[in-house]
Amino acid sequence: MSLSFLFSQFMGGLTTAMFLFLIASGLSLVFGVMRVINFAHGSFYMLGAYLAWQVVAWVHPTGGEFWIAAICAALGVALLGAVTERLFFRWLYGREELYQLLFTYALVLILGDAAKFLWGTGQLSVSTPPVLAGGVPIFGTTQPLYTLFIIAIGPAIAFALWLALNRTGTGRMVRAAQMDREMLAALGANVSTIYTGMFALSAFLAGLSGALVTPIQSIVPGMDVLIIVQAFIVVVIGGMGSLWGTFWGSVIYGQVLSFGILIFPSFSLFSVFALMAVILIVRPWGLFGRPL
Amino acid sequence: MGPVRATAVTATVTAPVPPGRAAAAAPAEYRPVSSRIPWVLVVFVIMATVPWVGSRYDIFLAGQIVIDALFAVSLNLLLGTTGLVSFGHVAYFGVGAYVCGILMKTYDLPFSVAFPAAGLGAALFALISGFFCVRLIKLYFAMLTLAFSQIVWAIAYKWNDVTGGDQGLPEIPYPDLDWMSSIPGCADLSDGARFYLLTLVLVAVSLAVVQRIIRSPFGRVLTTIRDNPERAAFIGVNVRLYQLAAFVIAGGFAGLAGALYGIFSRGVFADYVFWSKSAEILIMTILGGAGYFWGPPVGAAALVWLNQMVTDYTQYWSFVLGAILLVLLFGFPGGIVGGIVLLWRRLKRLRDA
Repeated sequence: MSLSFLFSQFMGGLTTAMFLFLIASGLSLVFGVMRVINFAHGSFYMLGAYLAWQVVAWVHPTGGEFWIAAICAALGVALLGAVTERLFFRWLYGREELYQLLFTYALVLILGDAAKFLWGTGQLSVSTPPVLAGGVPIFGTTQPLYTLFIIAIGPAIAFALWLALNRTGTGRMVRAAQMDREMLAALGANVSTIYTGMFALSAFLAGLSGALVTPIQSIVPGMDVLIIVQAFIVVVIGGMGSLWGTFWGSVIYGQVLSFGILIFPSFSLFSVFALMAVILIVRPWGLFGRPL
Repeated sequence: MGPVRATAVTATVTAPVPPGRAAAAAPAEYRPVSSRIPWVLVVFVIMATVPWVGSRYDIFLAGQIVIDALFAVSLNLLLGTTGLVSFGHVAYFGVGAYVCGILMKTYDLPFSVAFPAAGLGAALFALISGFFCVRLIKLYFAMLTLAFSQIVWAIAYKWNDVTGGDQGLPEIPYPDLDWMSSIPGCADLSDGARFYLLTLVLVAVSLAVVQRIIRSPFGRVLTTIRDNPERAAFIGVNVRLYQLAAFVIAGGFAGLAGALYGIFSRGVFADYVFWSKSAEILIMTILGGAGYFWGPPVGAAALVWLNQMVTDYTQYWSFVLGAILLVLLFGFPGGIVGGIVLLWRRLKRLRDA
């Protein structure tokens, strides 16, 4: 096992990790503030991918307008998120977890079939944006530029979210809403708008990651239920509601999956679920979270 | 409107009427005709005639309803009776299906050994996983059950030598049912029809046992825990132990349902254990009414029948199911049986007034 092989394995794990971070950060954000576990987050991710494909197909058949497509997709999903929050989610805050889980599952069913209806059941794909089409030689391996871009964008978004939450007035409001919703409302803040905004932001992140994944993964029905379980694992490992926990949770997940394949080829899937179970048993609030 | 409805919802879900109380509360002198009919027996007899009056496809649907009914009732022992929201109940169904399938296909053991082994295997796995699960509350409990069910899925999907991996275990043999030929009327039935009858009897017995458990003093303690865990602990109940016991019993019966399903559908596949199946069985239970013993079987029948109706017209069954679920959650949290009971009470109040 040469060093360059281990390195490319590591980079593969890191790419998986950063994608998962983009998805799971939104899930974690919504859980942290509203205490809702959103199964439909995976559906938002899937819709982001389909929307990106759609915009590329409309704007430019050769796929040159990838960046516009990605932003449009993310904004479209954010809008959808805001609408669902206004229409449905607000009835669920503080209700029993069974209701929240089943309601978001109903959204998974509906959005999954809506995507099948609109885009069919075949595989769709988007070509890599020309700027990032090449590769870079590192340690005797060739790393695609697009992968490096994803590895860079993960920490960038993590840092941006951290800045927004900890260094802005709005962020302070959000953190206050996380701690005590009633008190914040009593002090005159518009909690309901904060909630809608947080939900839209979470959906935006899901849509963006869905759009960004299209150049390296084909878009298929069922990608929603596959990804949401992985995002759950990440959020559980890091700690539900913790931003940096989610970040490190995704890094751990990516590396366990990537190197687990080398050690136990057929049990790498098992190892990540086992990791999730162990964390829940030993530290239910995750590595970086706080007990509720 | 909003808050009022929300309170009503919580009331129906957290404190459903225990089975039997509604009937007991009715005045003793007045007993409507409907309450003198042994409904359970009537349904059992109707289901038992399916092999003679129905097509092969009808038998298939009826078998699905019967097996799903047991699966959903076992889940409801956790959800409705004990107040535990499991999002991974399919794990025990899957363990049962695989244990029975492997014993019968790979090791050529008879059904009379494989079937109890499936229940015991699932119960054992429920004991191990439940030991950890009952230590957690609410969302964490749901998440851990989900994690365990995905562990089962990952093993089933990848352990090719034993589970057949993504190919599954096709063509699990029917048990030897030649002895049924000596029963009058059964001589001409196909293996599938005979196995359906066996399934019906086994499920009926299982349901009777679960009902006995729920109505026993043990079951009463479980409902106490559901309604107020702190108080239950305060009067000296070992809450975790009781929850674990409920978890093991529910897992065991789910395993029996899985064993029957594997044979009935002629194969066990990793898809059976994927987490979305747990959600479907939860929907089934809620649709029928989690607060009532007969809610889940009604939900199973309704869902299988609806699926049948809808897929005749459109391939978008998930969409319809999602829409039904939305209506259910926001409009009829008591499910079908809850709705009927409510309607019945309204009618009675109208008549009394």
